[in-house]
Amino acid sequence: MIRYLIRRLFYALPILLGVNLLTFALFFGVSSPDDMARIHLGGKRVTAEAVERWKVQHGYDLPHFYNAAGEGVEQVTQTLFVQKSLHLFTLDFGTADDGRDIGREIGKRMWPSLVVALPTFLLGLVVYLATALFLVFFRNTALDTVGVVMLVALMSISGLFYVIGGQVLLAKWWQWAPISGYAPGLSGLQFLFLPVLIGVVSGIGDASRFYRALFLEEAGRDYVRTAHAKGLSPFRVLFRHILGNAAIPILTGVVVVIPRLFLGSLILESFFGIPGLGSYTIDAIQAQDFAIVRGMVFLGSLLYIVGLTLTDLSYAWVDPRVRLQ
Amino acid sequence: MRVLHFVIAFALMGCQEPINNPHPEDLVGTRTLFSSFSERPKHLDPARAYSSNEIEFIGQIYEPPLQYSFLKRPYELEPLTLTAMPRLTLLDAQGRVLPSDAPATKVAQSVYELHLRDDIRYQPHPAFVPAMHQIDPRIVAGLDDFPERASRVVTAADYVHQIKRLADPRVSSPIFGLMREYIVGLGDLGDRLMARQKIGQPINLEAESLDGAVAVDARTVRITLRGRYPQFNYWLAMPFFAPIPPEVERFYARPGMIEKNLSLDWQPVGSGPFFLAENDPNRVMRLLRNPHYHADFYPGSPDLRLPLIDQAVYSLEKEDIPYWGKFLQGYYDSSGIASDTFDQAIRIAPDGTPELSAEMRERNLQLVTALRPSLWYVGFNQLDPVLGGSTVAARKLRQALSIALDWEEFISIFLNGRGIPAQDPIPPGIFGHREGEAGVNPVTHVWQSNHLQRRPLADAKKLLLEAGWPEGRHAQTGVPLVLYLDTMAGGADAKARLDWYRKQFAKLGVQLVVRATDYNRFQDKMLKGSAQIFEWGWNADYPDPENFLFLLYGPNRKAGLNGENAANYKNPEFDQLFVRMKDMENSPARQAVIDQMLALVQEDAPWAFAYIGKTYALRHGWMASRTPNLMANNTLKYTDLNPASRVAYQHTWNRPALWPLVVVLLGAMLIGVLALRAWQRRDQAKGRA
Repeated sequence: MIRYLIRRLFYALPILLGVNLLTFALFFGVSSPDDMARIHLGGKRVTAEAVERWKVQHGYDLPHFYNAAGEGVEQVTQTLFVQKSLHLFTLDFGTADDGRDIGREIGKRMWPSLVVALPTFLLGLVVYLATALFLVFFRNTALDTVGVVMLVALMSISGLFYVIGGQVLLAKWWQWAPISGYAPGLSGLQFLFLPVLIGVVSGIGDASRFYRALFLEEAGRDYVRTAHAKGLSPFRVLFRHILGNAAIPILTGVVVVIPRLFLGSLILESFFGIPGLGSYTIDAIQAQDFAIVRGMVFLGSLLYIVGLTLTDLSYAWVDPRVRLQ
Repeated sequence: MRVLHFVIAFALMGCQEPINNPHPEDLVGTRTLFSSFSERPKHLDPARAYSSNEIEFIGQIYEPPLQYSFLKRPYELEPLTLTAMPRLTLLDAQGRVLPSDAPATKVAQSVYELHLRDDIRYQPHPAFVPAMHQIDPRIVAGLDDFPERASRVVTAADYVHQIKRLADPRVSSPIFGLMREYIVGLGDLGDRLMARQKIGQPINLEAESLDGAVAVDARTVRITLRGRYPQFNYWLAMPFFAPIPPEVERFYARPGMIEKNLSLDWQPVGSGPFFLAENDPNRVMRLLRNPHYHADFYPGSPDLRLPLIDQAVYSLEKEDIPYWGKFLQGYYDSSGIASDTFDQAIRIAPDGTPELSAEMRERNLQLVTALRPSLWYVGFNQLDPVLGGSTVAARKLRQALSIALDWEEFISIFLNGRGIPAQDPIPPGIFGHREGEAGVNPVTHVWQSNHLQRRPLADAKKLLLEAGWPEGRHAQTGVPLVLYLDTMAGGADAKARLDWYRKQFAKLGVQLVVRATDYNRFQDKMLKGSAQIFEWGWNADYPDPENFLFLLYGPNRKAGLNGENAANYKNPEFDQLFVRMKDMENSPARQAVIDQMLALVQEDAPWAFAYIGKTYALRHGWMASRTPNLMANNTLKYTDLNPASRVAYQHTWNRPALWPLVVVLLGAMLIGVLALRAWQRRDQAKGRA
């Protein structure tokens, strides 16, 4: 297991380096340091001298990959790529182009994202599994048919509609909760009701249909028929045997997203005023803040790799036949 | 407490306080303004902040020497932290004093002497306690961890320090490029500091001298400018010239502070009516009354001491829908009107005047409208071989297009009537603007029956014919005229507007190709002068015609010179008049010069003057009625409201509905019954024989 993890760690390094390189190339392919300076200095009275001063101040006066003016190793180290990207491997995110500390910002914004995403994720998982189990339990009945039609209808609706419709219906017309907002600590519970409810409801169609399909596949297997023939109660068959054996494909989809929960959701956070990480990258792209973009892309890649590794570990945990070598 | 309240209230819905109040419970019934912001301010450093969403905050925190009189129109400056308006002395090259009406060519230097009031004090801050400078920044998380705070009187040295900061390369002040042309020694100081930074030497502004900004004594600042610059007084009303205490900068400069976002860019320290008590720009920014604010009264009311409210809470609202919903629930005190909600809020009376809809009147809302000191225009690049230049053909082509672009229609379709068609570069409210018949652009409009009337399309077609493009085709070759609009607008939202442009050009048989591009490419094209037609706008920095007419001044052109003359217009006669006009005091003589300049640009048509936008804002009935002042930055101190009335309205408008809960409960019971019946049916089912 340890050897497997070490090997995965070494695989991760070239992947992260490649992601870094790609981010760098894409960003500077559409945005030059002059462009960045102009957007940071504002739209008025930006002189060529001000642009040059900004570039020097923020270290964007270096060449991209090769510094012909440097000596020895400086020809490589005194470049934008090395100066701006490689320190990420020590998880030093540096400062944003507007001077603010990115690590601190991420640390501050991840909690609100997590506060919304974690209950949505956990509650959603329970609701989706329960719905799917309910439909499987009543398969081939009118309840199942009506349920599946409703799920298809729910999954056909845009996510944005749930957000806006939920806000208008539950908060504006029925006035059950604040339309949007956030507060830290327990006083923030009132703000969670709506985004969590909408987050859960908006995922019911997709997720429950998917889980229902998994359960139905298991329900048709021989061991289930055998369990029924042995005289086990339908509840015991459903919850002990079908649910247990369907756990592996469920884990595939679930565990991989856990580390990325705190990256938040753009739409949900934007409409509900959640000060999370959901819009951090998009805002940075609009503001042409390369420091934030590279940091967030790096973090996203890192967490994705962590998620995949955790998925592999969870396979070995739930299925004794799987061995990690 | 709020949580418990929320749970209980949700259980007993309808008989408690509103459960949907998004604001902290302890603020209910207090003299607090609830407002919002849609984009986090990038900078709060007064030497750096220039955007309106930044000035909205620091305008309440910092106090420059001058301010705009809140009620006087046209806009007028008055002392804020000074005992009187700055005393100006003009000197010639030999240092001899000149009369105030001396011609600009004779003036070598302008010396401004500013005498400070002695009761201006900073907000409480740890930097004013010497012992707090000894606390290791690594062991604190934020400003609240510094146990002591103090204040002190603002001195002349603080103003001088801030002027030096404009040249500091670490600050990147947007007005350094402009001010180095005027403030004596500022450019040299900037170059010195830049050189020092490049070789890694520390920068200490307190040890630097600046000939153009000197503290004569504790209460007197002397600023020396090169030549004459009458607009300088307006700059003295902006936060760029607010005082910064050097000890605060030293306090923030210690290692470990910037990592905790403890800097002037994040935690401002001013002497204004409010200080920033909470800065979480991802969620909320809170301004609290400065306990050391000096005596200041509402104009004409010596019993109304400013500020009139205790605090202002600004919440981040990125989307219009939740913002509008909360405004209608009474949780925001005022609101703009988005296009989506315009029809709900406003109805246009038969005589064309806007008024509140019946629903808004029922809610006792007030409608406040004002013309913005800004201008929107479509520019024709004067370097372009087809449209640009001073040839008769090119000028007539531009004039024809200016007539064809029907801005009255644009205002009606895209702005819900919130604007007026522009006739020249100077908006109403700024000296030099002419109302009525005298202000008509004779190239595009006529004055008929006391109304402004756009010239008929036939006039445009005639001009097009004279330009050598009859029916939009070249007179000799028959080649169709194809023009290009460069714009940053793209996507579905902009499609209708861009289609409108195409339609306007098609009226003359001219084909318009829209070249939508991103911000960077657009800026590149403008800097290189390779765009042909473009959209552009300008918000006034200050209410002086110079601030609009310099947009057409030749030496200020964008291509090659990086100025703000985006159309690269160059007319020697206009340029000469501009140089004369910019140094004149507002007077009939200045108006006469401006009239000549406006006639020149109307005839040359380097721009199609588009429109001047009108702001429509809604305020709840509990807000005191105030005339909007769109030039002043520090208007929050004049804001007043009645919190008891607000609470009463909030209770009336926010009663949670109970019936949907009953429906949900019944639905759950129905599913339960159906499930039970299905279960029983299956349990009792028999196998087939």
